[in-house]
Amino acid sequence: MITQALFRALDKKAIWLVAILLLVAVAVPASNLLLPVDSPFRLPNYAVPLFGKYLTFAMLALALDLVWGYCGILSLGHGAFFAIGGYAMGMYLMRQIGTRGVYANPILPDFMVFLNWKELPWYWYGMDNFWFAMLMVVVVPGLLAFIFGFLAFRSRVTGVYLSIITQAMTYALLLAFFRNDMGFGGNNGLTDFKDILGQSISAPSTRAALFAASAIALALAVLACSAIVNSKLGKVMVAVRDAESRTRFLGYRVEYVKLFAFVVSAIIAGIAGALYVPQVGIINPSEFEPANSIEVVIWTAVGGRGTIIGPIIGGVLVNVGKSYFTGAFPEYWLFALGALFVVTTLFLPKGIVGLIGQYRAATTKREQHDRDAPTPMQVEAGADPQPKPAE
Amino acid sequence: MTGAGMTILKHLIGAMLLLSALLTAIPAHAQFADADLTTLVDALAPGSFKDRETAIGNLVASGDPRAVPVLETLLEGELYFDETGGKVVFTSASGGKGAISDPVTGADLSDLTEADLEKVKVNNSLRRVLRTAIGQMTLLSEDARVRLSAAQSVLRDADPAQLELLDSAISAETDVRIKRVMEQARAVIMLKSPEASVEDKTAAVPVVLAIGGRDALNTLTTALASAPDEIRPTIESAIDGLARDRAAWDVAQNVWFGVSLGSVLLLAAIGLAITFGVMGVINMAHGEMVMLGAYTTFVVQEIIRQNAPGLFDWSLAIALPAAFLFTGLVGVAIERGIIRFLYGRPLETLLATWGLSLIIQQAVQRIFTANIREVGNPSWMSGSFELGGLAITWNRFYIVIFALLVFVALLLVLKYTAIGLHMRAVTQNRRMASSMGIRTPLVDAMTFGLGSGIAGLAGVALSQIGNVSPNLGQGYIIDSFMVVVFGGVGNLWGTLVGALTLGIANKFIEPYAGAVLGKIIILVLIILFIQRRPRGLFALKGRSIEA
Repeated sequence: MITQALFRALDKKAIWLVAILLLVAVAVPASNLLLPVDSPFRLPNYAVPLFGKYLTFAMLALALDLVWGYCGILSLGHGAFFAIGGYAMGMYLMRQIGTRGVYANPILPDFMVFLNWKELPWYWYGMDNFWFAMLMVVVVPGLLAFIFGFLAFRSRVTGVYLSIITQAMTYALLLAFFRNDMGFGGNNGLTDFKDILGQSISAPSTRAALFAASAIALALAVLACSAIVNSKLGKVMVAVRDAESRTRFLGYRVEYVKLFAFVVSAIIAGIAGALYVPQVGIINPSEFEPANSIEVVIWTAVGGRGTIIGPIIGGVLVNVGKSYFTGAFPEYWLFALGALFVVTTLFLPKGIVGLIGQYRAATTKREQHDRDAPTPMQVEAGADPQPKPAE
Repeated sequence: MTGAGMTILKHLIGAMLLLSALLTAIPAHAQFADADLTTLVDALAPGSFKDRETAIGNLVASGDPRAVPVLETLLEGELYFDETGGKVVFTSASGGKGAISDPVTGADLSDLTEADLEKVKVNNSLRRVLRTAIGQMTLLSEDARVRLSAAQSVLRDADPAQLELLDSAISAETDVRIKRVMEQARAVIMLKSPEASVEDKTAAVPVVLAIGGRDALNTLTTALASAPDEIRPTIESAIDGLARDRAAWDVAQNVWFGVSLGSVLLLAAIGLAITFGVMGVINMAHGEMVMLGAYTTFVVQEIIRQNAPGLFDWSLAIALPAAFLFTGLVGVAIERGIIRFLYGRPLETLLATWGLSLIIQQAVQRIFTANIREVGNPSWMSGSFELGGLAITWNRFYIVIFALLVFVALLLVLKYTAIGLHMRAVTQNRRMASSMGIRTPLVDAMTFGLGSGIAGLAGVALSQIGNVSPNLGQGYIIDSFMVVVFGGVGNLWGTLVGALTLGIANKFIEPYAGAVLGKIIILVLIILFIQRRPRGLFALKGRSIEA
């Protein structure tokens, strides 16, 4: 059955995407490590973790797309799952510092020594084991999503209400992680990492390996998402998105479908966070900021929701733009980001991928009917000419 | 130990001396001849502290009101004497030259210079004797105001040494009000004094109880420690009563803080509630409208400061309509420019308005810089007043009143105006309203303008209790959402109840859990509450399946 699902997942687009990602996973590290320093094709050292960061963001956008683009759940709290995955990885990396910290305590991380704690809190136990930590990267965001989603979907909290309470969730976590007595480093978070799996975290080879891991993880996420949306369950997800009540009346357990999508999405987001942390070298509570989670929504929207490739394009493009803008014109970045939100929602409801699709549809239509293609606005307006009554 | 014992002993001796002097003096009350009084006053200068105590006793015995300022000056350590002649004199406390005068007659003694003068020295035990002496002369003064303030000071100090003096003052007192204060002072002394009889102590308890407040509680608690067993139950029950009282006031204070926070939330959320209720639009730029309102206040105040400083107390009256109009117009522009293209897609309006909020914040930051701006309080909004056991600041008080006024005004607008009728119609059934000839696009624009305008008014109010910065609105947006979601949509009462409930709940959890944890608890409670009632407290009832 799984092979069958995988086979279905490997439609032409997904194969191309996975192939490209695997190629990137090989090419970028190779260019950085193997080419001589003066070669024009050699990527500089700083670029590898930077590109790796873009890939983890793309993965986060893909995770959001699974719930929003395919299942109609606009989560404004996906940054929380990303951050929790990141904290799990950060805890492992913290334990690897050992006696090289400022206070040289073999067990306690520096911030705990500083707070005058005598022993590790129970939830730090086992985090020095890589595989246990990786298990937590998957389990904790998944569990949180399961509990939260179970409560919310069971009582049919939908639409804007759901968006608001997901935002409340990440806001509550933000406040909680700022507290020193939570045992996660408070305001400063976890940083000053030294080793991962015995390799120095700042060595070019480690960074190249992390990049490759990010690209491969993204490729696997693409496969998983593609398998899900092409399965029968995926069709039900789209049905829930388009007509929730009707799907329920047809006999589907809508809440379980949503819960499945939400949990899988949270797990993917958690893995993305775990890959993000060693590449940027820090995790702190600001990752829980509600604004961050909303920004993820715009990556997905710009690329094109309801497609697999869209959020990846969006996540990479917007963040490359952000790096460029914050470097070149720092004071205009928020203007650009704000304008991106407005322009995307007004003129690109289906994102860049949708734009290409519309262009194709328009050309074929013109060839067939020799008639003007409808503008995106008309397409949208035609779909629902009257504003819906307030809920 | 011994030091303290000695002081008390000295104190008692001094007081007894004074009392014996006083008791002989009471019938006198007469004015002494200048010369006699001068002799008594001059006796303050020579000799030891002991001699000075005797001299003070003699002065008190004279009963002459002119002795009071002399003793008061001595208490302040500002009484001088002529080194050669030994005459005690006043200098003006401000040290003006040639201001040396006779303490009894008030005559100018300009032949003395400051160089001739020496301070009359006082020490701590003498100061205490002086205070008692002054209290004596004032408790029995003929001026009722002097007696009252003297009685209050005795009540404050509750010195057992003053008991006999107080008794004689009570029996001489005719004014009921002053007499009550004196009796309270006596009761406090009774409870404190180890010598007082059980009957006296028992009788004192209800009198002290009548004083009320923290002072009475402290007195009774101290008294309990040394009280004989017979009266313990009486005191304990009195303390319980007072503690309950105190607890009730503390609860009231918490409620007040909660109401104050709730009114701020109400102001911030109410505009959001009507745009959400009528249009189903979540306006993420709502917080920025609040921020623009606060900056409007800032600009209005700057203009007033530069052009007409006299109008400063009126600045808020000018800022309110200005902020309402400005943010209202911005709101209409947003609705016409962006939101009307996005009807039926509430999640996308959320994104578009979020983008807009980023742009507005950044624009304000470019114009006004990121620095915090301080908006001044008009004089009538600064300070505070006490209501029973509550301390209430005027600005918070006015904001509560203002929030309620805005709420009532909005209710009236919705109920009694044509646009309000249209808004309600569109809220209940958009298609039907449209079929009945209501121009729904116009209603939408007006609603959005109204919601934004109210946000602007909230901004004016918020500028009075905090600083103004470009991210002012961000701090309120999530809380406002919580209020709207909690209260439910389509009913302003829901917003009112939601805002006050959240405000009060916040302030009650805060003392136990701390501010941050309290907030987290509230958020979690709201998330759980939404599970029970997905449409909030006051959901609009309807038959629509998607509702």
